[in-house]
Amino acid sequence: MAKDHDVGCPEEAGVEFKGKVSELLEQRGVSRRDFMKFCSTMAAALALPPAFGPKIAQALDEVKRPTLVWLEFQSCTGDTEALLRASAPTVAEIVLDILSIDYAETIMAAAGHLAEANLDQVIKGEKGKYIAVVEGSIPLKDDGVYCCIGGRSAVDRATEVCGGAFATIAVGTCASYGGIPAASPNPTGAVGIKKAVPSATVVNLPGCPVNTDNLTATIVHFLLLKKLPATDSFGRPLFAYGKRIHDNCERRPHFDAGQYVEAWGDQGHRHGYCLYKMGCKGPQTFHNCPSERYNEHTSWPVAAGHGCAGCSQPNFWDDMGPLYRRLPNVAGFGIEATADKIGLGLVGAAAVGFGIHGALNAMRKDKEPEDSSREG
Amino acid sequence: MAKIVVDPITRIEGHLRIEAEISNGRIVNAWSGSTMFRGIEKILKGRDPRDAWYYTQRFCGVCTTVHSIASIRAVENALAIKVPPNAEIVRNIIMGIQNVQDHVIHFYHLHALDWVDITSALKADPARTASLAASISDWPLNSPTYFKGIQERLKAFVAKGRLGPFANAYWGHSAMKLPPEANLMATAHYLEALEWQKDVIKVHAYLGSKNPHPQTFLVGGMAIPLDPDSQNAINADKLAEIGGLLKKAKEFVEKVYIPDLLAVASFYKDWAGIGGGVGNYLSYGEFPDPVTGKQFFPPGIILGKDLTKVHPVDQKKIAEYVDHSWFEYSVGQGKGAHPWDGETEPKYTGPKPPYQYLDTDRKYSWVKAPRYEELPMEVGPLAKLLVAYASGHKETQAAVGLVLKHLNVGPEALFSTLGRTGARGLDCLVTAQQLPVWHGQLVESIGKGDLRIHAGEKWDPSTWPKEAAGYGWHEAPRGALGHWIKIKDGQILNYQAVVPSTWNASPRDHKGQRGPYEEALIGTPIADPNRPVEILRTIHSFDPCLACAVHVLDATGNELVRVKVS
Repeated sequence: MAKDHDVGCPEEAGVEFKGKVSELLEQRGVSRRDFMKFCSTMAAALALPPAFGPKIAQALDEVKRPTLVWLEFQSCTGDTEALLRASAPTVAEIVLDILSIDYAETIMAAAGHLAEANLDQVIKGEKGKYIAVVEGSIPLKDDGVYCCIGGRSAVDRATEVCGGAFATIAVGTCASYGGIPAASPNPTGAVGIKKAVPSATVVNLPGCPVNTDNLTATIVHFLLLKKLPATDSFGRPLFAYGKRIHDNCERRPHFDAGQYVEAWGDQGHRHGYCLYKMGCKGPQTFHNCPSERYNEHTSWPVAAGHGCAGCSQPNFWDDMGPLYRRLPNVAGFGIEATADKIGLGLVGAAAVGFGIHGALNAMRKDKEPEDSSREG
Repeated sequence: MAKIVVDPITRIEGHLRIEAEISNGRIVNAWSGSTMFRGIEKILKGRDPRDAWYYTQRFCGVCTTVHSIASIRAVENALAIKVPPNAEIVRNIIMGIQNVQDHVIHFYHLHALDWVDITSALKADPARTASLAASISDWPLNSPTYFKGIQERLKAFVAKGRLGPFANAYWGHSAMKLPPEANLMATAHYLEALEWQKDVIKVHAYLGSKNPHPQTFLVGGMAIPLDPDSQNAINADKLAEIGGLLKKAKEFVEKVYIPDLLAVASFYKDWAGIGGGVGNYLSYGEFPDPVTGKQFFPPGIILGKDLTKVHPVDQKKIAEYVDHSWFEYSVGQGKGAHPWDGETEPKYTGPKPPYQYLDTDRKYSWVKAPRYEELPMEVGPLAKLLVAYASGHKETQAAVGLVLKHLNVGPEALFSTLGRTGARGLDCLVTAQQLPVWHGQLVESIGKGDLRIHAGEKWDPSTWPKEAAGYGWHEAPRGALGHWIKIKDGQILNYQAVVPSTWNASPRDHKGQRGPYEEALIGTPIADPNRPVEILRTIHSFDPCLACAVHVLDATGNELVRVKVS
């Protein structure tokens, strides 16, 4: 996936935009140039050709601000915090604001029944039109008593809110697949939103926490192309989860050359050698961390000297651990074909595990047909 | 007597519910209940102790480094591992900036809307706002044009007819006291702080790959390599970037946060007499010297608001009770358990959802009730500050003295809702001023050629004793945090965490003593039971973090081997 921040700013190319969002942004002190830059960045994140930048801008200007509600269940609020660190920052925050975030427990001013009234208004007034974002898993065991909000169980709430949404975006691995609460022995019967509310249309954005650029890109994709992005068999958008970390890793040449970190702080560690022997799960993990990075593209785990934990894979808490054990059944190092086999083999195993949970088929049912969103 | 219920308490981490009884316009009784449970400690059993930091980090994504460090310290304590000085310095920088950033987010984004009326800012005179801002700080963004711009943005937002996250709140409430100009200034800084917080926390990205959930901790040290002659390690370029961010952090705290805090506090001095709470304070101390291990903030206990004596902390005196929590002990009710003896089975006996009220006479929370020698303890920045102040910590005494003088109040004003909120600011200030010192230590160490970041002698579990136990403490942004671990055959046999919000959000105990939130609410005035913003003020002054508080579950019942801990 190409990530190019310099792809032409359409304003410089003489493209003229007038409309609700760009005008509003200007009122808020965001220049049109910044806005166009954001749209180009989004085009790059979505793996669309640079020409799509102007189209994104147009789509954002035309759309009537859709409502977004953000629900937290068995969460650590890490995904909300990730949102606060959004990159392409100034504009991204405002674009999210422009969505009209009518309910989000961590940031909203109202509390108690006043807060719940805001949510009720969306559910009743905008049925089928709003976007629901879900953070955290949903416990099904014992009538859902392990997570109640306003006296109602998480599953009860999720059914009403996500069932009536145009689409639901699961942010983070807990909302997508159950995450850490669902790790063995899953004390509370925690599941992801698709399993908790099978009728909902769900896009999964796993990661611990979600990379907020992927969330923004998903929303823009919806606004631009008027449909949800194409996903893989785990419900993950291909634009963000279509490639293996290992294949995009900046340390890949060291893997191929057989140069590995052997101990923390050794010369190889200090000089950016491959972390495979220290337990890196990059060869079996699909995510765009190497290209997107985190905190305004500053870094990501491998760049900072720690192996990938595999956090975007379903059930990674049980399937990928321990953290520092190198991937099993490795015949040798430095051979491309071997590495590919490792990745495919393990992902296949994960897929079987996930199928047992019964969510895979449910996910497929609502999957958008393969389209050109990747090829552009 | 009619009960009012606030559920969800918003602008916190996690799921919290408050039920309160009101008589003659004041709260006469209160119950703090947490309504979410995950059970991560049970999930930890049998896993590699070196992985525990990664799991426990997910207790919370807001105070996102704190459980990592407590966990790493617990394992290192159990295995008697000493980390290289560089690793200790990097940890101090990571935890220090976490503390500073977290406090600023709390003040502006979680707490401010209890005191600041955004809609009133529409009526402000930008020129007078600029004069007000210039009178309290030389922060450069204080011109009439700047505040007019903010006001115009606000007007455009309101004109759209949809207030989004600001809808249905406490605007125009009789308890709101700030003049329009102060409201406009605070609103501008709410927006500035939103930008600032995502910038300064890039220190975590440089030193630990990302935030939230930095991925860099190791038992025995840190995973971030140091090497001035490599592009894949912390080199001079990255040290300069980090130094710049720490400077930016300090400037904002000194020139925006603290002046705003004092300005807002001066209009709410009556809250220095509200929200006192249990009056006992516990702090574990923090920021060990990389060589001597002596902590920058001293540990200690204050009992009964008596600042003339600081008691030492003895971890053996901590016990948790479940008489009003949805757990059961095999020994029956009425007895406490030390974290190493943690024997906890969840047993929900509350009403079946949907429900209107919890059964507050019996059990009503997923939070246990930790007690120190059977006493409820408040933890957090106020506790940390009081212990440091009473211990003669000179940086803290200077900061506290300045504020008390500015507001013209005595030290007794600290035992209150306002005191708690003020103490958080001072903790932030003292820490922000210390961060460049630690940065200097790292620069000096690397400059001298010390590149050690990890002590690897005990990395391999085959080097470990067959059984070991330990504990790790961290004075987190929300207060005293402790993890207890027991290791057997290279695996986690048992794991317990007693975290800040477990102390503060605790329900009643075996003696019926209220927890700190509950006690602090007694006597709080409520002008309008339908819009109880006053409850939010006192609860938010603690900075609740409920996902942290409720994770406890270790269903072993095994007899634990006690080890002697120095």
